[in-house]
Amino acid sequence: MQKTLVCLFAALAICLAASAAQADTLEKVKAADVLTLGVSEGVPGFSAPDSAGKWTGFDVDMGRAVAAAVLGDPDKIKYVPLASKQKVVAVSSGQVDLTSRTTTWTMKRDAKQGIDFTVVVFYDGQGFAVKKEAGVTSAKQLDGASACVTAGTTSELNVADFARANNIKLETVVFESKKEAFSAFLSGRCDAFTTDMSQIASLRTTAPNPADIVILPEVFSKEPLSPLVKHGDNQWKDLVTWVIYGLIEAEEKGITQANVLEMKAKSQDPTVQRMLGVSGDVGSFLNLDNDWLVRAIQAVGNYGEVYNRYFGPGTTFDLPRGLNDLWTRGGLMYAMPIR
Amino acid sequence: MPHVPDALAPLACPAAPCSDTPCARPAEAFVPSPALPPPPSAVGPLGWLRANLFDGWFNSLLTLLCMAFLAAVVPPLVSWALLDACFTGDASMCAQSSGACWTFIVHKFRVLMVGTYPPAEAWRPALAGVLLATMVGCTAWRRLRAAALAVLWLLLPLAALWLVGGGAGLAPVDQSQWGGLMLSVGLALVGILVSIPCGVLLALGRRSRIAAVRALCVGIIEPVRGVPLITILFMASVMFPLFLPPDMQINNLLRVQIGMILFSSAYMAEVVRGGLAAVPKGQTDAAKALGLGYWKMQAFVVLPQALRHVLPSLVGRCIALLKDTSLVIIVGLLDFLGMAKAASQDQQWLGHDAEAYIFCALVYWLLCFGMSRWGRSIERRTAHRAR
Repeated sequence: MQKTLVCLFAALAICLAASAAQADTLEKVKAADVLTLGVSEGVPGFSAPDSAGKWTGFDVDMGRAVAAAVLGDPDKIKYVPLASKQKVVAVSSGQVDLTSRTTTWTMKRDAKQGIDFTVVVFYDGQGFAVKKEAGVTSAKQLDGASACVTAGTTSELNVADFARANNIKLETVVFESKKEAFSAFLSGRCDAFTTDMSQIASLRTTAPNPADIVILPEVFSKEPLSPLVKHGDNQWKDLVTWVIYGLIEAEEKGITQANVLEMKAKSQDPTVQRMLGVSGDVGSFLNLDNDWLVRAIQAVGNYGEVYNRYFGPGTTFDLPRGLNDLWTRGGLMYAMPIR
Repeated sequence: MPHVPDALAPLACPAAPCSDTPCARPAEAFVPSPALPPPPSAVGPLGWLRANLFDGWFNSLLTLLCMAFLAAVVPPLVSWALLDACFTGDASMCAQSSGACWTFIVHKFRVLMVGTYPPAEAWRPALAGVLLATMVGCTAWRRLRAAALAVLWLLLPLAALWLVGGGAGLAPVDQSQWGGLMLSVGLALVGILVSIPCGVLLALGRRSRIAAVRALCVGIIEPVRGVPLITILFMASVMFPLFLPPDMQINNLLRVQIGMILFSSAYMAEVVRGGLAAVPKGQTDAAKALGLGYWKMQAFVVLPQALRHVLPSLVGRCIALLKDTSLVIIVGLLDFLGMAKAASQDQQWLGHDAEAYIFCALVYWLLCFGMSRWGRSIERRTAHRAR
């Protein structure tokens, strides 16, 4: 009953929101001279306040790139922490201009909840972690093993599907919370631990000896995470989309935070010249000037640099790029042509 | 004991020795032997143990079980919290030690206190905190007259708002940057200061003779009391903005604060109503006979008595409100508890949730216990005055 009521309210609200969705976010952001960015209340690696009280993380950097492209300053951001239940409504009702907060791109959200997804910035998904001493290098070698999982989530079903699809036997041991499941795995109750990759990486850092735990490369569920904007404001959606494509393309072309100005001055590659505003007029397609991508890259670096800053080899997470690698290296990061 | 006049004593017992009279003869009088000392098993620490912890097999068993429990729990706890704990250094040093990482609290202290407030301006919430502490001190030790106190208490939130929010000479700091203990205390303080008068008005309204006023008050109190605070917060934070025109934005914190005031007022109203019901009808009759109007009668005769009756419950509601502020995390406001949670999600400092929660528990306990003691002292003072 309560649920139906909430649904009813939500439907009504979305109708209202959709009718009001014509507002021009880009003009609003420029007029206010600040980007209102929805972030999480703390997801390790993606967005959390650091010791100085500054929001940092992978999702935050995506927002900073947009702020730099639009306003010329990555710090012109008003951060709004959003609880998981608010993250969609906050965008559809216009409380925030952009939500960059580990949100899985699903059909229902995209089609029915008054929001649009932009680009997948992180392909998350369920994976396995095992102890190093087990000498396992692929999840397909886990035949006959036991895996610690969290109760009441899809992870349990996903494990069963994975086992069936690969014709192996996997026994699941169910726990109430991720932490419990992980500490059970540490204490040797199961041979493997399974949940979303990014969470395995973050839990692993809490282990007494993180180096003893290996994350296996297989990802067997789809959790594509994407920033989201209000449904119907196509100009704003295009802008966010192409700023992120720009960061991905920049990695492919070897443009980094350090060399972006040098590339702009010297590069002979016509694509690079277009991206960095030396030739052509791509900035005007987004109602921006031609230095839009230069500013974004100066602020956060290319996609690979952002990834490595939070998840790369030097960090506590040390999460393999996997699906998040460029398409040229076997991943899924593929920017549409900038021209 | 029969009283023997002193003047008669010499007559009954002459000073001269008289061997044949049955007067007092100290030498032969019965002198009770001094009481034996109690058996060693009944006094001293041993006796205490026997009387309190080991009287009967059941208590002895309980004592032994409790001691076994303490012996199992306390030494590891002490070594975790103190002996093996890290107090200085950085995250890597914490990772090597097996004890608690209090360094984490030291590093995150400012974030826990004021959230993502700009560090350069952090003196402003600190000053607001000092003002609040001064006011609490002045009130607790009765350094000021009651009227001055009331005015200052009402000015305090405005001063704090100006200090924290900026404007009029201070650089403005957006509400999205407020957080930590500052936010919790602010929400609770404003909530308490506004909801007590609102609650009193609602309670009076509910007992009003005008049907429309009564209906209105019941119409506010009962629905609000009928839903959990979380529902109100969700409505205020998630649903409400959807019904506003897009160019009209009321900030999230204000919406949540109004929601909390609404919720707290409804509860306060019911507490105060209990007090109103306990004031004898003779009091109102007497007030009327003196020619007092409705408001004067309530203000000078009924409410002082009613509020005195319900002081413990009112203090209880205030403590509950302070603790309820921790619910705002579900609508994305990072209060003290929320900040502790968020801070423990910092990639550099993962895995220190326990320390963060223990610190939170300690601070919450200090605040709530302080409020409770203060409430008790007001009770004693007013009870004394009532006599």
